[in-house]
Amino acid sequence: MSVATVESPAKPTLVDSLLPQHRETIEDKVDRAEIDQTLRGPVLLYIGFAIFWLLLGSLLALIASVKLNVPGFLADWSWLTFGRVRPAHLNAVAYGWGAQVGVGVALWLMARLCRVPVRHGGLLYASAGIYNFGILLGIVGILAGHGTSVEWLEFPRYAAIVVFAGFALVSIWMVIMFRFRKPGHVYVSQWYILAAFFWFPWLYATANIVIFYLPVQAAVQGPVNWWYGHNALGLFFTPIGIASTYYLIPKVIGRPVYSYQLSIIGFWSLAFFYSWNGMHHLIGGPFPAWLISASVVASFMMVIPVVTTAINHHFTMVGHFGALRWSPTLRFVVFGAVCYTISSIQGTSMAIRWVNQVTHFTHYTIGHAHLGLYGFYTMVMFGAVYYIVPRLVDWEWPSANLIRWHFWLSGIGVLFMFVSLSVAGLFQGLALEDPKISFITSVNYTKAFLWMRSLSGIMMTAGHIIFATSFALILRHAGARRARPTLLTQPDEPAVLAAAV
Amino acid sequence: MNRMPLLMTGFFLTFLTAWLGLVAVPYFQIGRYQPEVDEITKDQTPPPFSGQADQGSAIYAASGCIYCHSQQVRPTEAGADLARGWGARRTVARDYMRDRVAFFGTSRTGPDLSNIGARQPSVEWHYQHLYQPQVVAPGSIMPPYRFLFEKRKISGAPSSDAFKVLPPDAPEEGYEIVPSNEAKALVQYLIALKRSTYPLPESPDEPATP
Repeated sequence: MSVATVESPAKPTLVDSLLPQHRETIEDKVDRAEIDQTLRGPVLLYIGFAIFWLLLGSLLALIASVKLNVPGFLADWSWLTFGRVRPAHLNAVAYGWGAQVGVGVALWLMARLCRVPVRHGGLLYASAGIYNFGILLGIVGILAGHGTSVEWLEFPRYAAIVVFAGFALVSIWMVIMFRFRKPGHVYVSQWYILAAFFWFPWLYATANIVIFYLPVQAAVQGPVNWWYGHNALGLFFTPIGIASTYYLIPKVIGRPVYSYQLSIIGFWSLAFFYSWNGMHHLIGGPFPAWLISASVVASFMMVIPVVTTAINHHFTMVGHFGALRWSPTLRFVVFGAVCYTISSIQGTSMAIRWVNQVTHFTHYTIGHAHLGLYGFYTMVMFGAVYYIVPRLVDWEWPSANLIRWHFWLSGIGVLFMFVSLSVAGLFQGLALEDPKISFITSVNYTKAFLWMRSLSGIMMTAGHIIFATSFALILRHAGARRARPTLLTQPDEPAVLAAAV
Repeated sequence: MNRMPLLMTGFFLTFLTAWLGLVAVPYFQIGRYQPEVDEITKDQTPPPFSGQADQGSAIYAASGCIYCHSQQVRPTEAGADLARGWGARRTVARDYMRDRVAFFGTSRTGPDLSNIGARQPSVEWHYQHLYQPQVVAPGSIMPPYRFLFEKRKISGAPSSDAFKVLPPDAPEEGYEIVPSNEAKALVQYLIALKRSTYPLPESPDEPATP
């Protein structure tokens, strides 16, 4: 679509578009409107399904956590035994919610950054349908007793192949989108997204083939399992999370990213070192020492991408922290970015052998996992959804109060969970390492903290219900039409009101 | 960083190094074990699982035992596992060559099970424990697995499979609790778990520190 404009300069680069002084041409706006129009269906479909799995995954989590407090709770039906509900929770939130909302967000970011309307939109609908059918098969399969008990790969074989097919389709779409992008600068977010959708199908296919379809001896399954498990986090969830922070922080505060060089270092060091991290899950296990040492070293090297990214975000934000008061998106995203730094540094410390010796088999690891996947990834995704959906449905969020409640319930909830599980894990681990203390004492130490964890889970679930309510309301165009984005408070900087929020 | 072929090559190479290091090389190093065969008795170590125990490992997977129980014994310098009496030596890669899926586990909400068959060889104990864990392990937070058992009315002679359930959950007069085939297979698997009770050339017995 082309529209004649009064002043028609050369196409702006993204950096131009990010500069506060850049004035949009009408053509820019029309282009963006067209992109959003073609993306509306697929992206909303992905986000909507993801929210459904988030709610279901939260329910499964609550059931599992209450079971650790009251072992007899819902114990007499095999479908709801702890050992099935727990992996059903993990897979529902990791693949149903996390990966899926990531796909929705990445689709939108990629199309916006490539500055072209969607080609082959049908591929996206097909992908969403197949993917969700696969997740459904997988979750029901786990509850029915077909789960594999290989962590992060619990989906039975018949479901894994469907999930893979759905994911492969959307990955192909990403490559096509990137290939036919408008010429000009490629933004850092695009590297992360393209890489994530290149790596993940390879990872998922290899791990499933090597462990289930053409199984290798069990000893090799351990390394393959954690090569997969850690890379799913490091080379899929993390890149999508960082792609979003790199896009959203500059957009909301209206200034470019602090340093292009730092973002290059951050990206390639992540690609190189994260991929080697997985074996730190096997410290002390029956595997060659070099294998584990390689991962311990790589875990230390992770300080480079993490600190580079943190510095880059920090100096982008400097002078604009006031915006956290009014921007819903920025609040969630900056909370997530801070958690990314903390959980990554914590992850490195957990690869130190003497730390790992204590924390390895305890709830401490579970606390760490929630800080990373929830405190960082999920919070960033919430922020992204708050940014993207109004642009797709041409309506603003109906209630700032709902957003506020969501933020505090989720934010305090995850920190409370992190603290209670970490303390539980330290007590448990120190007890386990002292052979004079009986095993059951290590269990008893954790009991009060596990109750606290259930409480924190209730808070987070309440946050999710509020989030889902907001989403349903905005889809139905609830409330009166607002002239401006829904903000949490009135910003005092007048310039802000003019900027895209 | 604006060219697609350059980016793709970079993605490919970084990922390839880790794939080679963490998947391909381990396959050649620890993925092709043979059992140790005694020249005189022809006994194999590690011994193969019986058919029933092998089925039991599938029940172990379906029930998600790994979410609380590990099956790996760390050496003395890496943890207190040996001092806790969880094995006579650390476990090594070859100990798992008979498993279809390896249940190394990442959680010890419950104790390590690498050698549970040596610590608790009694089938009856395992039935009791699966049926009502808190009776044999007070304070435990393990859930009961009663769906693996059947409560039957005794008609004529009691079933030879039935076991004596301790109070408080003993069935009323005239009824008996019988393990299902799944429960039987699972317990056969558990009592077959004696991973590091025998020495292997690459892992001789270690004296446990008191």
